[in-house]
Amino acid sequence: MSTVHDPLKPPAGRIEVKNTTCYMCACRCGIRVTLRDGEIRYIQGNPDHPLNQGVICAKGASGIMKQYSPARLTKPLRRKDGAERGDAEFEPISWDEAFEMLTARLKKIRATDPKKFALFTGRDQMQALTGLFAKQFGTPNYAAHGGFCSVNMATGMIYTLGGSFWEFGGPDLERAKLFVMLGTAEDHHSNPLKMAISKFKRKGGRFISVNPVRSGYSAIADEWVPVKPGTDGALLLAIIHELIRTGLYDRDFLVQYSNAAELVSVEEQSDDSGLFVRTDIPRDPDCFDPQDRVWWDRLSDKPVAARTENTDPYLLGEFTMADGRRVKPAFQLLKERVESYTPAWASEVTGIPEQTIQRLAYEMGITARDEQIELPIAWTDVWGKDHETVTGNPVAFHAMRGLAAHSNGFQTIRALSILMSMLGTIDRPGGFRHKAPFPRPIPPCAKTPDSPAGVKPDTPLAGMPLGWPAGPDDLFVDERGEPVRIDKAFSWEHPLAAHGLMQNVITNAWRQDPYAIDTLLIFMSNMAWNSTMNTSEVRKMLNDKDDNGEYRIPFLVVCDSFQSEMVAFADLVLPDTTYLERHDVMSMLDRPISEYDGPVDSVRIPVLPPKGECKPFQDVLVELASRLHLPAFVNADGSRRFRDYPDFIVNYETEPGSGIGFLAGWRGKGGEKFMKGEPNPNQWKMYEKNNCVFHYEMPKSFQYMRNWNRGYLNWAQEHRLLRYAEPINIHLYSEVLQKFRLAARGQWDGKQPPDRLRSRVETYFDPLPFYFEPLEAHFTDKHLYPLSAITQRPMAMYHSWDSQNAWLRQIHTYNYMYVHPQTARAQGIDDGGWMWVESMHGRLRCLCRYSEAVEPGTVWTWNAVGKARGAWGLSADANESRQGFLLNHLIAEELPANEHGAHLSNSDPVTGQAGWFDVRVRISPAAADEPPVSWPQFDAMPAVPGTAKRPKWLGYFAGLFTAARKGGTTK
Amino acid sequence: MTQLALVIDLNVCVGCHACVTSCKEWNTSGSAGFLVDENPYDKDPTGTFFNRVQTFEVGEYPNTETVHFPKSCLHCEDPPCVPVCPTGASYKREQDGIVLVDYDKCIGCRYCSWACPYGMREIDEKQKVMKKCTLCVDRIYDESLPESERKPACVLACPTNARLFGDVHDSESEVSVAIREQGGYTLMPEWGTKPANHYLPRRRNRKYIHDDELVRADNPLKKEQRGPSAPVDEPTLDDSTSW
Repeated sequence: MSTVHDPLKPPAGRIEVKNTTCYMCACRCGIRVTLRDGEIRYIQGNPDHPLNQGVICAKGASGIMKQYSPARLTKPLRRKDGAERGDAEFEPISWDEAFEMLTARLKKIRATDPKKFALFTGRDQMQALTGLFAKQFGTPNYAAHGGFCSVNMATGMIYTLGGSFWEFGGPDLERAKLFVMLGTAEDHHSNPLKMAISKFKRKGGRFISVNPVRSGYSAIADEWVPVKPGTDGALLLAIIHELIRTGLYDRDFLVQYSNAAELVSVEEQSDDSGLFVRTDIPRDPDCFDPQDRVWWDRLSDKPVAARTENTDPYLLGEFTMADGRRVKPAFQLLKERVESYTPAWASEVTGIPEQTIQRLAYEMGITARDEQIELPIAWTDVWGKDHETVTGNPVAFHAMRGLAAHSNGFQTIRALSILMSMLGTIDRPGGFRHKAPFPRPIPPCAKTPDSPAGVKPDTPLAGMPLGWPAGPDDLFVDERGEPVRIDKAFSWEHPLAAHGLMQNVITNAWRQDPYAIDTLLIFMSNMAWNSTMNTSEVRKMLNDKDDNGEYRIPFLVVCDSFQSEMVAFADLVLPDTTYLERHDVMSMLDRPISEYDGPVDSVRIPVLPPKGECKPFQDVLVELASRLHLPAFVNADGSRRFRDYPDFIVNYETEPGSGIGFLAGWRGKGGEKFMKGEPNPNQWKMYEKNNCVFHYEMPKSFQYMRNWNRGYLNWAQEHRLLRYAEPINIHLYSEVLQKFRLAARGQWDGKQPPDRLRSRVETYFDPLPFYFEPLEAHFTDKHLYPLSAITQRPMAMYHSWDSQNAWLRQIHTYNYMYVHPQTARAQGIDDGGWMWVESMHGRLRCLCRYSEAVEPGTVWTWNAVGKARGAWGLSADANESRQGFLLNHLIAEELPANEHGAHLSNSDPVTGQAGWFDVRVRISPAAADEPPVSWPQFDAMPAVPGTAKRPKWLGYFAGLFTAARKGGTTK
Repeated sequence: MTQLALVIDLNVCVGCHACVTSCKEWNTSGSAGFLVDENPYDKDPTGTFFNRVQTFEVGEYPNTETVHFPKSCLHCEDPPCVPVCPTGASYKREQDGIVLVDYDKCIGCRYCSWACPYGMREIDEKQKVMKKCTLCVDRIYDESLPESERKPACVLACPTNARLFGDVHDSESEVSVAIREQGGYTLMPEWGTKPANHYLPRRRNRKYIHDDELVRADNPLKKEQRGPSAPVDEPTLDDSTSW
């Protein structure tokens, strides 16, 4: 029977629609999933979700192909007896066996030396739970991916403003008139930034992008300012120079809301050298800046307590206190600092014309001053003064890894934060806006233990595994000043390593420096490929054995959803679910999805049952914690406290009766409370009914100036977001950094760095931002390696997450190295030809693509499109491994041995942020007789048990797909 | 007469490919489905997509423009793909101007793809029929969907709202206003196909700085000048004369 052509007729099938939260990247958009006969028919943006308001990106819309990928792990796997690590020879085992094996091992470690268990995770968004597990276990060796991602952005801004970009704050493009984006690729963040830039442009805003590459967001900028990688700090300092020279800064804002006018002792020999002059106002015991500073009053020409009514301080000048101490306002020190950072100087460093630098400064300064916004919102400041309006200077910034992933990134981002403050744009309309639970005190209160005594058998860690040191005495070091953590975070090598240094874990564990560990559990991180520097060598370390024939890292557990490169090296593989098969929370205790107008958190609720024997990692942790009797997970009688992860989420409280849990919405017995309240047994249901999201919109008067907004601070204190309702003044001048510097100079009555690190700490812990070339350049012959090599991620492919995705891999099947034609031609490299790229650490062969959209001293490529053969369920001749390549082979995880140490991390010396973008390279053509294949190549990884056969073709049609596949064909 | 179409704003398109995969996921399971993928996990994967984004560079460094250019069937008012079809499978709907293929009639001869000057048709190698953008005809009239969602999947998805959808024959529609006011243009009009889809060009905002904006009476540096610094106890005219 022939059918009549009816293009409107929907295919038959049982339709269900469910809401959850996307996880194709870290943006966490609300999604609506339509199922037909139990298979995914359509994933769309949830129009009722505050984050993405109905839109979705290329990745989000390809969730179907993630779900049904043949690369999915479906069974717990144990490395076969006799098989070597890396061979990927596994046998399936039951979950019971897996749990028993793990529990026995971990129990023994916990009872003897808990730090021999290390837990490191990728971009998992469940750090509140993984961190709790580590703390309860008692190991300090825990971190997520922040150390190799953007910890410079977090620390540089948080140690200055009490907040930072992305999850915790961002540009207010709704009100901004000028938007300056620095070093932002295409994924930090995704949909909300795309939506905002588009609206901003359509309303006539001016968008300037500073970036070595013009792609993605930069493509639609009104002006592209190409910059040499790693030199943004020079640009920013020169802009600060110009703003001070011309008086284009917001004086009133700086005086009241920053420490710009506060007097600093400039007596070099004194123990208070570089510290603030203090009055006798009683100090708070804890982690807030006490209000005990001093101004030099212009009106009386005398020192007065800072912020005394009817006084007005000098920002510039030098003064002498009654006791003879010479003092200067912090702003004077900043002015002196940037004196030599002229636009002419910065032009040499950055490659940006002097006139452009000057014009950028003027555009920022004039827009901020002359296009001021005044909103009719009355508010009261923390000192009790009423304001009729909220004002804003509409210049907004956004920056990400282009600034952060350099070893000079921390000071660069300090400079950016100071620039934003000088323009008077902090938590004001049109500028930078915080998102709950930020702003935090500077620095935030959480601290690690401060000595090895914090780690004890069968005892939770005496502090957090990660924290925010406020001074040298907060460091997590032994009596010799040496690290307690395996990644050496919070030691003198990287004192403010707030996110840890995951990038050094394998190397350190392999070298057994500072000690040997036993078990390394890696969740969702591809440490044998793109999530590691020096990839080729690290793969060998994972396999390396000691003289007794034992692996130097004795036991490796990998939890992942797909057959990644890392899986090959596991002793035990735990199959995770996809995001569509799990419960999950975007918690206020971690990185929620708050909006500028108030706190927002959200959940994932499964829309499909787990495939095979997949188990959500959250459930694995709850199960393990219960079996290990970790105190927070058992009752007083030792019995299990939480049935599973959903039960944990509802009933866990940070302390018994605290009323604070992982989810902020619908707390209290009947769901009538929020932020704080008793557990609510129906909490999940209530989230489900409300688009899986909780959003509290604060009164308008609480939405701005939150560092100093009495209404907001009191509200935040009442709802337990903050311990104190104290002002969070901007650290233009960082006394925190100065304390480390004093310790390095031996002028600190407390912990002191080991001698080899004294001059390093003294140099880089400068209380004012300064420019230095990234560390790698100090050790590189720049004539031999004249080019910078950087990566970015395309909008359609997040990290290494989606080469197993049949649709997304058609968009990015392999990667080129993009080279300016002049640069390439000078070396005789053809467009589309094979080329060698060489750093002082290694070399690789790849394809060249000419591009006029890259600064000629820079070459770049898409990150993590290149794959190892056979990984991710791809065939051994897939383009990803034969034409694609990974730049990481050229990037070292450690600096060359130098006077500060033989094995220092290739990281920011302040924060431990991995210096991904510091590598310098040279390029040359591949010889005509070389094979047209990328290099290095690795032995093909075989398919592991439980993964599916690769079909030769796909015809996805929801409702018929699985059945058709079982029959060996599609439809 | 209605002519539905897309208007694509190149001024805000960042080349994210949301439209590409949203189109794919909707249509592979819809009335046009499935959309085949060949070698999905092997060398040289390729598949049927109704919508693709091309990226190209214009100009020389540092005055380079990177342009992201989404392309799909333009639903021409005078579509050359229709008269060449030997079976009548390729047709233009009278009620809304959407150009469609009747898969039951299509024999996969490819005449239409040769006739299309824009290369917007894709043969499905498994089903041996020609496929192309339907403007999600199976969404836009579906009354089971909320009215706000009766739009092509690419339009709903687009994070920058670069894709506008509507009737280009209605002079007051959003798309017509955008074309009129923002210099909307069609591709290769010289072919006389009268594409219904339009593109909006890049626009650029500048700031002009006047010299006197840098010289201001309320310059905060003035406040940093120290008070009267001339000494009062040194000789002046007062010490030497009484006039």
